[in-house]
Amino acid sequence: MSELQKRQIQLEVLRYNPETDTAPRYQTYSVPCLDEWVVLDALNYVKDHLDPTLSYRWSCHMAVCGSCGMMVNGEPKLACKAFIHEYADQIKVEPMANFPIERDLVTSVEDFITKLASVKPYLIPKEDKPISAGEFKQTPAELKKFKQYTLCINCMLCYAACPQYGLVPEFLGPAAISMAHRYNQDSRDGGRDQRQEVVASNEGVWECSFVGACSEVCPKHVDPAGALQQVKVASTIDWYKEHLMPWVTK
Amino acid sequence: MEIIKTDVAIVGAGGAGLRAAIALAEADPKLRIALISKVYPMRSHTCAAEGGAAGVIKSDDSLALHFNDTVGGGDWLSDQDAVEYFINEAPKELTQLEHWGCPWSREPDGSVAVRPFGGMKIKRTWFAADKSGFHILHTLFQTSLKYPSIQRFDEYYATDLLVEDGRCQGLTALEIRNGEMKQFQAGAVIIAAGGGGKMFPFTTNGNIKTGDGMALAYRAGTPLKDMEFVQYHPTGLPNNGILLTEGCRGEGGILLNKDGRRYLQDYGMGPETPVGQPVLKTMELGPRDRLSQAFWGEQQKGNTVTTPWGDCVLLDMRHLGEKKIDERLPLVRDLCISYLGKDPVKEPIPIRPVVHYMMGGIHTDLQAATRLPGLFAAGECACVSINGANRLGSNSLTELLVFGRRAALSAMAHLQSNQTPSSDAALAAKAKASQNRIQALFDKSDGTETIAGLRQEMMDTMEANVGIYRTGEGLAAACEKISELRQRYANIALTDKTHVYNTDLMQALELGSMLDCAEAVTVGARDRKESRGAHQRLDFTARDDENLLKHSLAHYHPTEPPRIEYLDVVITKSQPGVRDYSGAKK
Repeated sequence: MSELQKRQIQLEVLRYNPETDTAPRYQTYSVPCLDEWVVLDALNYVKDHLDPTLSYRWSCHMAVCGSCGMMVNGEPKLACKAFIHEYADQIKVEPMANFPIERDLVTSVEDFITKLASVKPYLIPKEDKPISAGEFKQTPAELKKFKQYTLCINCMLCYAACPQYGLVPEFLGPAAISMAHRYNQDSRDGGRDQRQEVVASNEGVWECSFVGACSEVCPKHVDPAGALQQVKVASTIDWYKEHLMPWVTK
Repeated sequence: MEIIKTDVAIVGAGGAGLRAAIALAEADPKLRIALISKVYPMRSHTCAAEGGAAGVIKSDDSLALHFNDTVGGGDWLSDQDAVEYFINEAPKELTQLEHWGCPWSREPDGSVAVRPFGGMKIKRTWFAADKSGFHILHTLFQTSLKYPSIQRFDEYYATDLLVEDGRCQGLTALEIRNGEMKQFQAGAVIIAAGGGGKMFPFTTNGNIKTGDGMALAYRAGTPLKDMEFVQYHPTGLPNNGILLTEGCRGEGGILLNKDGRRYLQDYGMGPETPVGQPVLKTMELGPRDRLSQAFWGEQQKGNTVTTPWGDCVLLDMRHLGEKKIDERLPLVRDLCISYLGKDPVKEPIPIRPVVHYMMGGIHTDLQAATRLPGLFAAGECACVSINGANRLGSNSLTELLVFGRRAALSAMAHLQSNQTPSSDAALAAKAKASQNRIQALFDKSDGTETIAGLRQEMMDTMEANVGIYRTGEGLAAACEKISELRQRYANIALTDKTHVYNTDLMQALELGSMLDCAEAVTVGARDRKESRGAHQRLDFTARDDENLLKHSLAHYHPTEPPRIEYLDVVITKSQPGVRDYSGAKK
């Protein structure tokens, strides 16, 4: 096998420290990168060798912990899955769009966590069953109905991509609604009515203008846009049933 | 300093910490629970576990078999009373997760499916494709949102335990987003903060796995147990150490040397089994320690493949076919393609052993209690010990659940003993001392060492001397070097003197944790003059049951190397025997 290719990259990083900066600024670092590196490797090089004051979050380096979301050349990416070889010699790195900056590449996660919690993202069982009675049966086909939506790593790239969330910060957003949909679709769950209060509210699914950017940037192919469409259809059917055919139970 | 009064403070919000928090919230909704973690719960490294979780559920399996596999796999260093408790609780905990919505993979009839794993006589690993840890973590995190009594302190870094009147009564923690120190007063503290694999350069562990929880307990005077036992996972991607689950081999993947030979047959795990028809406890389904050691053997013989990332062997999964790989190992395929540019459907994947898991940790008894009253521990940071000298794949995810819950029950029992807390003034003085320690590090200006520099020297030392095979000479050198690095640590100064999200400070504290833990590993390894499980000595090649069927306990000293004490292993049913992973066994 051949030797690994090296390349000098100019990494232009947005810096902002609320204690010392009045406004965000850019700082460029010249980083010797191996071609197989990801942007996170370049940031780590900066942190270890050039500038220990640079702050960003990261952990798993395998696109599963969801810590290192940021804008790479203007697109929401996981820094650990943004490959240097896919970029030219100048790469711009900024904190995730649509979130308040805490410092440098670190943005506030609180709004997302609050929204996630608001959709009751946990199983509300249809029936009570003691542990001693064993597992709920669920066929592979039933699992498949919601499996895709379980793959969300809460990286929030979909919020950074969502034009509606940028305009209306109250919007529940793609990941939270997808997670509600995930539990609604679970054959073991009976909690949809409880979630609908939030999901079908004004700040819920109806805010979505179906641009589909969320699904394009999702690193796990969760397809939140698809989930939101399904939720809209189901909520519309609810509305018709309630208002036009009140004798039909949901 | 702000004081936060809680009943139970939990440090770490991964699998074990979340399980403990839920158990407490369910048992008594009035309990005030503080769940403290340096990262948001879903960032915890539980998320990176792939293969699955072991628990007896199928009719062809039995608790006795799970017991034997675990104890034999651990080379008889496991405490058998703990293993007994573990295997009994395992199926209940995994079923509980199912009731909480965990998307376990299923059989056609809708029952939970199980897959084979290394060192297990019967298939008993529950799995959610190859993202089992991820699904367990998110199921627990999302379930925890049901309970208002679980108050989360996300992105708080625990700095010191508050020990007063001989009891642990809380801790201090830095709020990372503003650098403020907080005092948590607690009737009981549970540490569930993971392992410290990041002391090695080549590891499956995430950046956060810096042994902070272990060091927290250790510095407070409660010993670390069996730290010399560090598990190498046999199949990591060679360039960055990303884990390829044991499920690859469980599903039928095979290991080849440069000549295409299934070399495991040359290391007592043969005879060769038919390709694509894995035989339990044989060849590729041998335990992790044996497989990693066989890699080393091939390397010595010159049978490995040379790659830009060093010597490798090949993991061949092509015969599984695209459909099975996509259904059972989708993450593995994605990782291989993304990070190595190789598709396991089309070509063998070069792999090499990679530091994965620490069998050792904070010494606890069967009740997850440490020797320090009021302090409990669970998960990778703890050592009960069920894992002995070598953990079996898929026992650790189950361990998080079983002992996370156990720690919660013990913490509750401790609360019921109704001991009067020490005075606020006494606790405040302890908290102030912790604050002063951090402040001194923060204020120091005439530094002669860098964090990255010391960390690199530590990692190089561990890699060179504390790997798959060890020698007395290498370990002595490692002890000396780590001791030196601990001294030199006093000479680092921060570059970043600001308070908001100061990751320079975090890295300094994490390096301190790693160095403390690394010294317990090296001294424990130097003093264990035998070969057992994951601890293999070229100068003491045999297991020594006469003298060393014992746990090591490392006691902290602020400036000197740890004092090592030995403690008998609990043997109940299974006397030490031969670990036979050959197909020729009866």
